[in-house]
Order: sequence, then C-alpha cells, then structure tokens
Amino acid sequence: MARKRLMHAIHEAFVEEMERDERVVIFGEDVEISLFGDTAGLADRFGQMRVRNTPICENVMTGMAAGAAAAGYRPVCHLMFGNFIYTGFDAIANQVSKLRYMTAGQIKLPLVYFAVYGGGRSASAQHSDVMYPALMNLGGIKVAVPGTPADAKGLLKSAIRDDSPVVFLITGGRTGAAGEVPDGEHLVPLGEADIKHEGTDVTLVAMSGMVAPALVAAQELAKEGVSVELVDPRCVVPLDEDAILRSVCKTGRLVIVDEARDMCSAASHISAIAADKAFESLKAPIRRVTVPDVAIPYAPVLEKHILPNKDTIAEAVRAVVNYRKQ
Amino acid sequence: MTKPRTEGANLPADKLAELYRTMRLIRDFEESMIKFQKAGELPGPVHLCIGQEAVATGICDHLDDTDYIASTHRGHGHFIAKGGDPALMMAEVFGRVDGICQGKGGSMHAADFSKGILGANGIVAGGVGLATGAAYACQLAGKGQVSVVFFGDGAAAQGVISEALNVASLWKLPLLLVCENNGYSEFSPYNTVNAGEIADRGAAFKVPSIQVDGNDMVTMWRTARTAVERARAGEGPTLIEAQTYRHRGHVEYEDTFLTKPYRSEEEVEAWKAKDPLPRFRDYLVSGELVPSEDLDAIDADTASIIRNAADFARNSPWPEPGDALKHMF
Repeated sequence: MARKRLMHAIHEAFVEEMERDERVVIFGEDVEISLFGDTAGLADRFGQMRVRNTPICENVMTGMAAGAAAAGYRPVCHLMFGNFIYTGFDAIANQVSKLRYMTAGQIKLPLVYFAVYGGGRSASAQHSDVMYPALMNLGGIKVAVPGTPADAKGLLKSAIRDDSPVVFLITGGRTGAAGEVPDGEHLVPLGEADIKHEGTDVTLVAMSGMVAPALVAAQELAKEGVSVELVDPRCVVPLDEDAILRSVCKTGRLVIVDEARDMCSAASHISAIAADKAFESLKAPIRRVTVPDVAIPYAPVLEKHILPNKDTIAEAVRAVVNYRKQ
Repeated sequence: MTKPRTEGANLPADKLAELYRTMRLIRDFEESMIKFQKAGELPGPVHLCIGQEAVATGICDHLDDTDYIASTHRGHGHFIAKGGDPALMMAEVFGRVDGICQGKGGSMHAADFSKGILGANGIVAGGVGLATGAAYACQLAGKGQVSVVFFGDGAAAQGVISEALNVASLWKLPLLLVCENNGYSEFSPYNTVNAGEIADRGAAFKVPSIQVDGNDMVTMWRTARTAVERARAGEGPTLIEAQTYRHRGHVEYEDTFLTKPYRSEEEVEAWKAKDPLPRFRDYLVSGELVPSEDLDAIDADTASIIRNAADFARNSPWPEPGDALKHMF
C-alpha cells in the first residue's frame, strides 16, 4: 500500500496497461501535455503514435474510438471534460452503444471514453455536468464512477481490458484527493459495489465524488449513535443491485446521494429498484440527496447551495432514521 | 480539385468482366428489393443504389478483406462490392435469423466485420468517424491497409466531414473519403443544401480531391486506384466526389407519403440514359473488350445468385423473440 493522489493512480493504470498491451492507445485534446496530469509523460514513454494529440473535434473522435476498436485496437478516447461528451454524443449514442447489438455480436468494442466531470470548482454550467444518467439510459455502455484512488486505478485497468465500451468518469473535485492504493497488479471488477463503511441502521448509497462527503457524514453520525452502511456501487452500469438490496434488506432504510440532477438520475433509478424489490424491508420512505433541476452556477455560494455535502447528507439520514409513520 | 482525363482502356478482359459482374450483382440485388418491398415481404425500409453501382464497384475492387469500409443507409452496393454475401444480406433485410446480423440490424445496419465491412449506417455521416478510426488503426498496424468511408451529398453538410478531413490530413491517415453525390439530400436538391462543390472542400485541408463521373466505371476504377495506392504508401487521404444519380427514390416506399414530386421525370430519364451499367456494357462490347456472350453468361449467373439468395432468405426462420435480449455486451 502507498498513499497516492487520484490522478497519480490513474496515471499508473495507463502506464501499466500500455506496457501490458501494445494495442492500448490514447488520443484526445492535449493528451501529450496533459491538463490533469493523468497522461503526462506517456507520449515520451510510448511514442506519439500511441499517445496522440487530436484537434478539438469530439464528433469525429468518439467515432474514431469505435473504428479503431473495431479494427483491433483498445483505444482510450480522452474527452477532457465530461460536458464534451455531448459534442461527441452521436457516435456514443448512435454507434458505440448499438454496434455490437445491431450486428448480433459480430464484434467487441474494447474502448474507453475518459472524462472529468462534476461541480464544485466554479467551472460553471458547461464544465460541471453529471452525464452518467444520460449514458445509463443508452444501454450497451458500461459506466465507471470511482470515488477513491484505489478504485480509480483498479477500475480503469479493468475498463481498458474490458471488451465492451466503457465511459470512465472522474469527478473534478476529487482529482487531487489522496488515498491508499494497493501495490502491484490491482484490478477492480466493473459492476461490483464496495462497502465503504459498515452499519446497521441505514443504507447510504454514494458514488464518485459523493463517497468522500458521505463517509464523513457516516463517521459523524456514528458519534450520534446512528450506524450507517455506506455502499459505493463504483459503476452505475452494470449496477450492483444485489449489494444495494442486501444492505437495504439489512438496514430497512435507504438514502442515495448523487451529484446528478434529480430527474432520471442514478439516485432515482436506484430508488425505483429498492421500491420494487425491497419494499417489504423498508421502514421509511427512500430519500435522495441530489442536485435540483438547474444548471450548475458559477459563484461559489450559489454552487455550494445546490451540491450535496456532508451536512445535507447527514440531514437526510437523520430524517430517515427518525421517520415515524403517522 | 482536379478533373480526371477519361483514359483509354487497357485493363485486362477478366478484370473488366469482374467489374461488370459486381455491378450486375448489385443491380440484380436492388431490383429484387423493389419487388420484395412492393410485395410487403420486407419488414423495414430500404434505400436502393440503382444507378450508383459504379462507385462502390470501382472503389472496392482495390480493397481486400483486411481493408475497411464504412457505408451509408444506401449501403447494399458497398456490402456486395466489398465481398459480402448477398444471401446473408438478403436474409438480414428480410429480418431472418440467418441474416448477417441475425435480424438485429436490417438493411441500414448490414455489416460483416470478417470482411472489413464496418456496416451500413442509419445516421447520415455516421460512418465517417468509424472509418477515420479504422484508418488510424491501419496506420498503427503499419501493414498498408486502408479505410474507406462512403457518404452522400447530404452527409457532406455534416460537420464531422470537416473534422475527419482535418485530422486525416494532419495525421496522413490511409483514408478515402468517397462522396456519392446523387444530387439529393433525401428529398432536397443539392443546390438547396450544399454551397459550392464538395470536391473543393478538400483543398482547405490540403487533402487531394477529385470530382469524377461516378457513372463511368473505368474512370471510377482508375481514380480509386490512385487514391488507394496513395493511402497504402502512407501519403494520406483523398477526397473523391463521384457524381452520380439514384434512379429510385430516397426510400423505397416514398410514393406512399410524399404529396408531390421533388424531381422531374425529364431529369430522371436524362440520368437513366447515363445508367452506368448499360453504359459499361456498351463500352465493353463495342470496344470488343469482352464478348457479349460472356456478359450474358454473367447476367445469368448473377440472376441465379439473387434467386437463390431470395430462396435462402424466405426459407430462413424468424429469430427467437428472446434473442432480442442478447448481444448487448
């Protein structure tokens, strides 16, 4: 184990996978100089054919990833900010998510779209979105949303090795966060949740950038005598329903934290699953801590007002634990 | 943009006969589609390329299975010219389990990856990114493979074409951008949706570009050869604008929903007079390049292939309904 920053863990994953398999290539805007540090130095190490700067052209880049994958490579298409997925959305939604299905499984599409997303940095509305709800609804694309350096490294390595398209999303507010990362080969399977904090009174589901404040909330609530089980799904597709339902059946209460806007969010989807499949276990209504249906504002005071934090999370947990049927 | 000379023929007879055969096979396939569509045998829409066969034939004759093509919604000709099995595509268009995509894709998604056919595409210009990425893969592999994207004059208005020209030129990708300019963007005439000439656009990106008579088989073949050779030699992309015409509508049942015609009878007839298939046949026979008996034998053979393909498609069962849940990952 060694303590590493999240982007350092990602950099390690890129290096290890590019060393391991020469079919792994990375292309995107400014990947040589590397805005976030995740791809820094890779061009020097692996050459400019395998680590290649592109023009700003997400429309063709997202399609290129599919074409290169169909032709035998394992491309990582680096989209920089998650909002730029929208400018490249045609190939993602119309080609990549459907190509294997439309052709009856003739091909595998081993590709990764990598992007940094989310709010909390005064990057304002066009650099702060949470786009995995839209991706979840496409089908055919796996979506990894790690919240710790160890999970980021292990999931990215799995994503690069996976034969299906994977969108790999890192929350912008967490890129500098540090955490313990196992030494040597470290793989985290796609679609396997992790219990970040064990408890018995309430299940708290949080993913990606919400794991850290949820963990703080769980620790603070423990001092109040509330035992929180924090479940981090780590991927929203495939979603580890079993792990979530197991925990809900144990605790009888569910709070979901999601940095997405509430409508058709991961939180609302998980909420629907729990209502369908764990109804008999529930002692209180399910609560979602999400972002209201507004764009992400610029001024720190405005942004802070709408993003979930440890206090709003703890408040929701208390409300659920204290719920009494009228 | 450069204009090619129409060069004299010095292609060997067997090559000329092979080109004729491919065109004829595409034509027969497409004419069978008219019949099956009218008879209500096809579950979904078909977009036919009758009149455009020389483009697919001329380009794909220079390609191997290890080269890639990305096609369009009007893709039957590309599939056949690239070596796809007409029977497997026929069964696909019929929606049957023996179709190349087991009935999951239909006409607009027929693909055969074992032959480098990345698929037809229901999104106009949808194949551009795929082919550009395949060209990047070809360049990485360093084995001289090439990638071709076919697109129409309608797709030329999509931004992704400019993006592909830019990156392909910068990276010197082994990519052919082949525009089949049939004069109509669905139901809108060329001049109402495209400013200027498509072949002029390559120059802005330093991509060698050429405008050719897409109904002239020999010119098409020679143009393609130059572009493919350039790409294989690592000299980068070429933009080819092939001027042609579709004899049929945008989509086969358009008469059932269009309230008025969008092109004149005279125009259609004028282009039918320039039909690439009889034109090539006349050229072969009158030039004493291939005996007409040989061409008759090819006609009989392709007709029989299409008859057998239709029997194969009709006799193939529907997929199991539960198969709708397979193949997502």
